[in-house]
Amino acid sequence: MKRWLPFAAFTVLLAFLFAGLWLDPREVPSPFIGKPAPAFTLPVLERPGQTFSPAQARGEPWLLNVWAPWCRTCRKEHPFLMQLAASGVRLYGLNWQDQAREAAALLAEIGNPYVLNAVDQDGRAGIDWGVTGVPETFLIDADGVVRAKHSGPLSERVWNRKFAPLLQGKGS
Amino acid sequence: MIPELGHFSLIVALLLAVVQGTLPLVGAQTGNASLMAVARPAALGQLAFIGLAFASLAYAFLTNDFSVKNVASNSFSQLPPVYRLTATWGSHEGSMLLWVLMLAGWTAALTVLSRRLPAQTRARVLGVLGLVSVGFLAFVVATSNPFERLLPPPADGRDLNPLLQDAGMILHPPMLYMGYVGFSVSFAFALAALLDGRLDAAWARWARPWTTVAWVFLTVGIALGSWWAYRELGWGGWWFWDPTENASLMPWLAGTALIHSLAVAERRGQLLAWTLFLSIATFAMSLLGTFLIRSGVLSSVHAFANDPARGLFILALLAVVIGGSLLLYAWRFPRGGAPEAFGWVSRESLLVANNALLLAALATVMLGTLYPLFLDALGFGKVSVGPPYFDAVFVPLFAPLLFLVAVGPLTPWRQGSAATLAHRMRWAFVGALVLAVAVPLAQGDIRPLAALGVFLGAWILFGVVVGLAQAPSRGSGLRTLPRGYWGMQVAHAGLAVMVLGITLVSNYQSERDVRMDVGDHVDLAGHRFVFKGATGHPGPNYVADRATVEVTTPGGGSFVLYPEKRKYNATGAGMTEAAVRTGVLGDLYVSLGEHLGGKAWSVRVYHKPFVGWLWAGGALMALGGLLAASDRRYRRAPAPAEAPA
Repeated sequence: MKRWLPFAAFTVLLAFLFAGLWLDPREVPSPFIGKPAPAFTLPVLERPGQTFSPAQARGEPWLLNVWAPWCRTCRKEHPFLMQLAASGVRLYGLNWQDQAREAAALLAEIGNPYVLNAVDQDGRAGIDWGVTGVPETFLIDADGVVRAKHSGPLSERVWNRKFAPLLQGKGS
Repeated sequence: MIPELGHFSLIVALLLAVVQGTLPLVGAQTGNASLMAVARPAALGQLAFIGLAFASLAYAFLTNDFSVKNVASNSFSQLPPVYRLTATWGSHEGSMLLWVLMLAGWTAALTVLSRRLPAQTRARVLGVLGLVSVGFLAFVVATSNPFERLLPPPADGRDLNPLLQDAGMILHPPMLYMGYVGFSVSFAFALAALLDGRLDAAWARWARPWTTVAWVFLTVGIALGSWWAYRELGWGGWWFWDPTENASLMPWLAGTALIHSLAVAERRGQLLAWTLFLSIATFAMSLLGTFLIRSGVLSSVHAFANDPARGLFILALLAVVIGGSLLLYAWRFPRGGAPEAFGWVSRESLLVANNALLLAALATVMLGTLYPLFLDALGFGKVSVGPPYFDAVFVPLFAPLLFLVAVGPLTPWRQGSAATLAHRMRWAFVGALVLAVAVPLAQGDIRPLAALGVFLGAWILFGVVVGLAQAPSRGSGLRTLPRGYWGMQVAHAGLAVMVLGITLVSNYQSERDVRMDVGDHVDLAGHRFVFKGATGHPGPNYVADRATVEVTTPGGGSFVLYPEKRKYNATGAGMTEAAVRTGVLGDLYVSLGEHLGGKAWSVRVYHKPFVGWLWAGGALMALGGLLAASDRRYRRAPAPAEAPA
C-alpha cells in the first residue's frame, strides 16, 4: 500500500487547492459586521453646504461604497455600480482622501450612481470604518447595523454571493 | 500583423507539441522506429515557432505597439528600451510565454545532447516533455493569450510596474523559470524509466547532469530575486517568507534533495525508486509554485494574476501531470537496483539524512505557506503565517543538516568509521569553535544563534579544506581531482559562505531612522552620514528627488551616496531607490523616506555586515553545480546496458 501513499496525499492537497480557488485571501472579515455603523458627519459632494451622516439613511438597507477618483480599481467596478443604482439599490458614496477634489468632475463625466457622496477628505471617517484601501463596500441594514463588507471591486459574482442573499433574507 | 503572426506561431507550436507528445510514445511502446524519430523534428520545430511567437511579442513591446493589450498594460512610451524588453515577461501572459519557451529550449537541448540514449528511452523522454508542453501551450492559447488586441488602441501604455524596473529583474525571471522548467527533464527521465520498466544506475547517470543544471538556474534565480528585493523594496530585507518566495524555495529544497539522492543512485545503484519519486516530486513543486503564483490563491506582495479560470486550468494541469505520474509510479512501482546495504556511518546514510532533513524543511515551508489556505477552506477563519514561524522551524532543521554537510564528503561509501572521521575533522572542529566565539566577540555582542551560525559556516569551510587537502586523489595534486568532486566542494563552500552572511547580517545589522535637514548628520557603525539636501532629477519615465549623502568611514575616507525617491509619470506611483555601498565586510544602505517640509527628509540608514556573502555564496553554489554537471564522465559514452536490471 505504501506505493499509493504519494498519490493519496497529493489528492488531498489538490482538494484544498481547489477549494482555495474560490476563496479570496485578501478578504479580511470586518470587526464591524453585526455592529452599528460608525457615525460621521461629512459634507455632501453633490449639495454644497449640506452634511450627511449614516443615521439619515436608516429605514431601508443601503450600501456605502468607499472610493476615490485616483483609484484605478474603482473605475473597474463603476459600470456595475451604475447597474446597481439603476436596479434601485440605495448606494451612498464615501469619497475618500480626494485631496485634489476631482470627484465631482469625474462623476459628471462617467456618470453618478450614488444617491449622494460624503466627502472624507482627510480619511478620518474611513479609519473609523476600518477601511484599508479602496474600493470597499459595506451593506448596512434598515436598523443601521453593518451586515457585510467587501474589499476590492464589486462585480455581479461578488454581489450574488455576498450581498444579494442578505437582502433577500430581509425580505426587501 | 506581427502579433497575429505570433499568435499563429503559438498555435502551430501547440500542434507540434501534440505530435511530439503522442507519436514517439506510441512508437516506443510498439517498437516503431519511424514514429520514435518524429520526436526530434517536432521538438526543434516547436522551439522555432515558440521562439517566433516570443520574438513577435518582444517586437510589439520594443516598438510600443499599444494596440496589443499586454503592451498597453505593461509598457509606456518613455520606458527605457531594456525594460521594454523585460516587460515582455513582466506580465502574466508574457511570463507564461517565457515558461513554454524555456520548456521548448530544454527539450531542444535534450534532442541535441541525448544521442547516446537508447532510442526507446529517448523517445519516451521527449514524448513526456511534449505532453507537458501541450498542457502549458494550451493554457497560454486558451486563457492567457499575450497577443490580444485592444481596440481602439490607447494613446500610451500604463507602464511597467516600477518595482520591476530594476537590473535584478532583467535576469531574475528567466533564471528562475529555467530552473522551474529544467526540472521537467528529470521528471521526463523518471516517467520514461517507469514506462521502460527498467531502472538502473545508468538512468541516474543520464538524469543527473540535467537535474544539476536546472538546480543551478533555480539557485541563481532565487539569489537574484533576493538581491532585487534587497535593493528595490527600500528596507534592505533579503528574504520575507512571502508565499511567492516560498513557491520558489519549495522546488529548490526538493531539487537539492534530488541531486543528492541521484549521487547515491548513480554511484551505488541504490535508492533508485526513492530518487525516481523525488524527480516527480521536484517537478510537482515547480508546478505547485506556478499554480500558487498564477492563481492568486495566496495573498502575497507580488500577487500578479487573480483569475479563477486560469487557476482552475493550472490546477487541472497539476492534477493530470502529477496525479497521473504518481498513479503510474504506484502502478509500475519501480523495482531494481542493488539491495540497500550500507552501514550507519557511510556516505549513503548521510545522504539519506540529508534527504530526510531537506524534505522535512520542504514540508514545513509547504505547511506554513498553505496553512492559511487550509484553515480558510475548512472554515476556521483567516490567519497569516509570518517569518517568526519559519525562523523558528528552519533553524532546528538546518543546523543538523549543515553539521552533516561538512562530514558527508569525507565519509566513504558503504562503511566508514566514526573514529576516523572524528580524527580527520578534529582541527576543523577546534577552529570552528574558536571562530564561533571570536567573530561574535569582534562584533561586540555574543549571541547564541550568531555563535551557532558562525560555527556551522566555519565547520563546513574547514571540512571543505580537509576534503581537498586529503582528497582521495588517484594521482598527485588537486588538478587530478574530477570536476564532480570540485563541484561538490565549491558548492558546499558556497553554502558555508551564505550561512556566514545570513548569520552575521541577521544578528548584527543596525539601522537608524531619522529626520534630516541640510547639514544634519547621523552616526552608524562608525560611519558618519551627512545629509547635503535633495534636488529634483528627471529620469526617462519618472522624476526623482535625489538626495546627496556624504559618508565618512572610520578610517577617514569618504564617498557620496545618492538615494532617490521616484515618482513614475504614467501611474504616479512612488518608489524608493536605495543607494548601496557594497563591501566585502558589509554594505552601507541609505534610503530616502518622506519629504518632511522645507529641505528636511526622513532618511533611513542601515549597516548590513557581510550581507554580500549571501549572494556570493549563492554564486559559488551555482558555480559548483556547473563544475559538477560538466564532469567528464557525463560526456563519455555510457556504460553498455548490462547494469543489474
